[in-house]
This record gives sequence, structure tokens and C-alpha cells, in this order.
Amino acid sequence: MLLGPALGVSALLFAIGVGGVLLRRNAIVIFMCVELMLNAVNLTFVALAQQIGPQGQVIVFFVMAVAAAEAAVGLAIILAVYRHKESVNLQDVNLLRG
Amino acid sequence: MTPMLIDLSAPAGITLALLPEIVLTGWALILLLVIGWRHGDPDHHRWAGGFTLVGLLVALGTVLWLWRAGATPDGLPLMIALDGFRWATAAIFLIGGIAAVLLAQGYLGRERILVPEFYALVLFAMVGMLLMGGAADLIVVFLGLELMSLSVYVLAGIKRRSPQSAEAALKYFLLGAFASGFLLYGIALLYGATGTTNLQAIALQLADSEIVGRPMLALGAGMLLVGFGFKVSAVPFHMWAPDVYDGAPTPVTAYMAAAVKAAGFAALVRVALTALGDATAAWQTTVWWLAVLTMVVGNLVALAQRRLKRMLAYSSIAHAGYLLVAVAAATTQGGSAFLFYAFAYTLMTVGAFAVLAAVGRDGESDLLIDDFNGLAERRPWLSFALAVFMLSLLGFPGTAGFIGKWLILAAAVDAGQATLAVMVVGASVLSAGYYLPVIMAMYMKPSERAEVAEGARLARGGRLVVAAAAVVLLLFGVWPNRALDVARDSGRQLAVPGVIIGLPR
Amino acid sequence: MREVVFWGFSGVALAAALLCVTRRSAVASALWLVLTLFSLAGLFVLLDAQFIAAIQVLVYAGAIMVLFLFVIMLLNLGRAGPSDMRGWLGRGVAALLGVGLAVELWVLVRIVRGGGFAAETAAYPLPPGELARVQQAEGAVGMLAEPLFRQYLVPFEITSVLLLAAIVGAVVLAKRKI
Repeated sequence: MLLGPALGVSALLFAIGVGGVLLRRNAIVIFMCVELMLNAVNLTFVALAQQIGPQGQVIVFFVMAVAAAEAAVGLAIILAVYRHKESVNLQDVNLLRG
Repeated sequence: MTPMLIDLSAPAGITLALLPEIVLTGWALILLLVIGWRHGDPDHHRWAGGFTLVGLLVALGTVLWLWRAGATPDGLPLMIALDGFRWATAAIFLIGGIAAVLLAQGYLGRERILVPEFYALVLFAMVGMLLMGGAADLIVVFLGLELMSLSVYVLAGIKRRSPQSAEAALKYFLLGAFASGFLLYGIALLYGATGTTNLQAIALQLADSEIVGRPMLALGAGMLLVGFGFKVSAVPFHMWAPDVYDGAPTPVTAYMAAAVKAAGFAALVRVALTALGDATAAWQTTVWWLAVLTMVVGNLVALAQRRLKRMLAYSSIAHAGYLLVAVAAATTQGGSAFLFYAFAYTLMTVGAFAVLAAVGRDGESDLLIDDFNGLAERRPWLSFALAVFMLSLLGFPGTAGFIGKWLILAAAVDAGQATLAVMVVGASVLSAGYYLPVIMAMYMKPSERAEVAEGARLARGGRLVVAAAAVVLLLFGVWPNRALDVARDSGRQLAVPGVIIGLPR
Repeated sequence: MREVVFWGFSGVALAAALLCVTRRSAVASALWLVLTLFSLAGLFVLLDAQFIAAIQVLVYAGAIMVLFLFVIMLLNLGRAGPSDMRGWLGRGVAALLGVGLAVELWVLVRIVRGGGFAAETAAYPLPPGELARVQQAEGAVGMLAEPLFRQYLVPFEITSVLLLAAIVGAVVLAKRKI
């Protein structure tokens, strides 16, 4: 059974995603790292579904729907910011501070 | 009175149980259809606001009807809970939503934000909040949270001309999505530790002490707390809150600081008490530290603020700390205290932001506390209302804020958390340092900028919000008994039958 | 054999994820992320989730990542500009937190595997290999359709509202003139 290793791989993927969010300043890349985190969680759910039942796989459906909805709204927000600042780098996005 | 039994496995039962959510969704759909071709005119905009208001009131009516009918699930609640806690939180969110819409009607017209979809998004966010307060399954918690968050991200950026508004939306979105990742991982680990995502089923599993000790459970609870910590802006996950509250349009800020935060807490309280009530070892210490840090940092930084909108943002962080104390008590008594405090907090926050929106025009985020000097001479009623809100936020006797804080203190002491109770008192004393100067400025200092008072304008809706909030806060401050009974009764229903929550250790 | 394929896909997924996080150009990051998503689809097949694997390729690697690439191209961010990494302090903090989290999670999983995990898997309702048998009997889609439209009907309906709200929100924010 590959349950243990799959959980380990998903934990590492999640950590890489978290590291990426903390490391980068480009809003689009940060958002991609968040997608990576969600995918890591999907791997956990699918691995657990092997032993707990198909409900785990059903949950992955919902996570994908949420990811799609987040992508639509998130990219629209990034477009809106780009229209004002001509940049999606968080360094240039600092009117609100302090 | 015989309770109304609802069979949650039948479609008719589900429809009845979800009546408030269905009403709101249907209302949003009709609204979207109509504004498809009645769009640009301020008149149409006003119509959309009024229509939304009616929808929220109808939903409130269905909530109260189901509450009074004593709706109870037939067996284990699948997906959606039917208990006093759900109805009480739903009523709180709906009241916050009604106040925000009343404020928005005047504000959006004044600031020329003519986007009638605003109201549809308010309705969608409200559906998400109701689901968070009424979830019986972690998946419903997650989906409700996402529905609410996605709508509110857009609301924060709804002022399309303003770069600040767009940046607030971006910041809120990136950190919100990050937090959702943690929350989801927490759900996955809880699922792995207990084999289910149903809150009551988790509680029943945890009656087995072997499962309570699993490292997966502790890690899952920790991840959930990180996710919720971001959503309710607990220190050290608070850095988005001041910027986002500052950049968003003021009615949206009121909505976020009141209803959205209360919804995050409602879901946290439900998960912590219903599902993890027997596994307090996994989360109580973490919540304890979050509460302490949030109270201390929120209050200290608020002291340093000179702009009112930012001061209110930090004050809302500090209040998240008080609410976390209610969670850290880990008893249903804490759940009841949370309900009462959330109710009072919603009213005082919405009221304070309403006055802010009235006094500032075109950029109230730059309004300094000194700008309120001498406001009482020219606008005595408005100043009186703001004074009531400030005193209630401070927790002054005679206001509902005092009763709420006292309930939280009682819950903390009864749970053996005397240190936390002392911290709450200390933090409240500290908070006098920034609430009282506002009152002193209004009543004791000479007026410098007459145009501030002259310009202070409240539309009819805003006036209603301010007056009603002030009256209710004072009323429940001196005569809280009925509300206390309701809160106590609703909080008690969080406990799963057969599982004992909050035994003194 | 299964183990070999599993570790092959896992290795590719992890390496591509690391590259996605560290490449300068946003387009390169996006394409490495697509590779991670494909490898994950392979892992899903190994873990008896054929239908999820198909959805992963169609929806995630297909639709969502195309949307990302589209926005990157639209904003003309394809060039590898100056690095957008945080400064050394920020990098240190990020690396520390990331590695700390990874080690913590990994150790936890090892403990789970070595110690109490046998008891834990015994507590799970399905014995190893049972899910594959169910899938054979009911079909990859049938196995998921039953719980999706019965037990999970309410979340399913919430998802539809969620998608509608996302559409409205995206139009409100992104359209030039409304």
C-alpha cells in the first residue's frame, strides 16, 4: 500500500507551496504556489480515500471547483491591479502601509 | 411546544432546512436578472438596494420562523445543522448585512460607485456566512467560507477607480487563498485521523481516547487554527487586516469587520466545540496564545493610530482577541458568551463605521481623530451615538459591550483560565487609551475644522443604522436578560448528545 | 513495479514543484506547475482514482492553467525580468519556514507509518485493495456519482452558487466598462 508514502509526498509538496508563497513577490506566481498547496491536499484526500471510502475522492471534486472559482476571481483582481499600477509585483503595490 | 422534526435525507427536508439560504440565493438570481438590463441609472441602483434589503428581511423572517418552530434533525445532522447556534448566528449575520446594505445605499451613490452587482455579491457572501454558522460537516464549512471570501474579495475591490481599493482586494485575496490552503489541509488531516468529515461523527470518534492521541489529529487541528487565524485576523496572522480595512469602501469595511469576522468565529466555535470538544489538548493551548497575542498587539498598535479608520481596524483585531478568549474557554458557556459578544460587537462596529462614513466625505480614510474636535456642539446626536459605540467597544458598564465582556470573563474564569481573564481586563484598560480620546475630542476640545461638522451627512439608511445600533446597545446594556437566555440556550446546543464538553481538568 | 512508478511520478512532481517556485519567468513557473499537475494525475491513477486523474488533466492542467498562461501573456509578463525573489532576509525566513514545515510533516508521517499507523489503518473501514474492487464493480464514475448526488448533495449545490458568485465577481472586476 502506498498510503504512507503518498501522505509524505503531499506533505512535501504542501511545504514547497508554502515556501513559494513566502519567497516570491510576483502576485501571479504566488497564486500558482497556492494552487500547488491545494493540489498537495488533493493528493492527501485521494490517498486516504483508498482506505476510508470514495467520499475522499468526492471532496477532491469540490476542491477543484473551488480552485477554478478562485482562479477566475483572483486573476480578475490581478488584472484590476495591473490596470492601476502596470505591475503585479507586490513591491510596487505598497500604497497601503503602516 | 413540539419541535419540528426534519428528515435531512429527503429532498423536502433539505429544502426546508436550507430555506434561508435558498431565499437569499433566489433573491440574488432575480436581482442579477433584473440588473442585466436596468443598470446604469442611480434610480436602478437604489432599487437594487431596496430589493436586497427586502430579501435579507425575508431571510431573517424564515430564520426566526424555523427558530421558533424548534426545527430539529431526525437523527444525525448530515451537512447542515439545525440548532439554536445556527439560528442565533444567522440572525447576527443578517442584522450585520442589513446594516451594511442600509449604509451602502447612501454611500455608493455619494462615491459614484454605480455597480448594482454589489448587492448580489453581498447576498452571495451572506449565503456563505449562513452556511458557515450552520455547517454540520467540514466540507460545508470550507465551501461556505470560500463562497463568503470570494464575494468579499470582489467587494473590497469594488471601487474600480481607486488603486487603494484594488490593492486591498489583491492583498486580501492572496492571503485569504493562502489561508484556505491551510484550512483545507487541516480538514484533510482530520479526515485522515477520524475517517469522517461530519462534525458530530468526529466527536463520537474522539470519545475513543486512542484516536485523541494521534499526531495527525493534533497537526490537523493546528492547520485548521492557522487557516481560521487568518480569517478572523488573529495575531500573528493579522497583517492583512489593517490595510484591507483601510483600502476597502467603508460599508464593505463595516461588513468585513462585523459579519465576516463573526462568521469566521462562528465556524471556529462550532468546529472547536462540537467536533473537537473532547480533544482540547490538540488546540486549547494554541488558542490561548493566539488570544493573548491578539489582545496585546491589537491594543498596543491601536494606541499609536491617529487616523480613525485605521484605529477601528486595529480595534477590530483587538476584539478578535476577546472572542478568542471565549473559544479558549472550551466550554459551551464560552460558546454562549461568544454569541452575545458577537451580537453586541456587530452592532457597535457597524455603528462606528456608519458615523465614520457620515463624517468623512471622499476619503474618510484620511480622517484624523483631531478632526472630530468640537463635533458635539454642531452634531449633538451623531456625537452621542459615536460616544455610545466607543464606550461599548471599551466595555463600559451600561452598554451591551460590558455585558458581553463580563460573560467572556465569567466563561474564562469558570473554565479555570484566570490568567486569560486578567489579560482581558488589562487589555480593556489599555483600550481606554484610544477610545476615550475620540469622546474627549468631540465633547471637550474646541472646534477647528467647521467644514467637517457641516459636511457630516447621513442618508436615511445610515441614520437608521446609527440610531438603532445605539438604542439596542444601551437597551441590552441595562436589560440583557432575554438576550442572555437566548445566548445561553443556543450555546448549550453545541454539545453533541452523549459527549461531554468542557469537563474541568 | 507499482512502487517504482509511484516514486518516479513523485520525484517528477517534487522536482517540477521546486522549479515552479524558483524560476524567474512567470511562464516557466506556470509550465513547471503543469508538469507537477500531470505527475499528480499519474499518482491519482496509482491510488485508484482514475476519474479524478482525468478531471485533473482536463480541468486543472487544461482549463485553469490555460487561464493562468492567458493572463500572463495578456499582461506581457513572459519575459524573465529581474528576480522577484524577496531579499536575503526574506529568503532566509521563507526557507526556514518551508523546510521546518516539510521536516515536521515528514517526520510526522514517518511516525504515523512506523508506530501507530498499523492500528490506524486497521481502524479504517476499507481493507487494502477494496476500493479498486468497488471501482471495478461500479465503474470509476459510478463509484463517485452515488455519494456525490446523495450524501454530498448539499455541498454540490453550494458549489454551483460558488461558481456563479465567482463569475459575477470576475466580470465586475475585470470588465473595462460595466
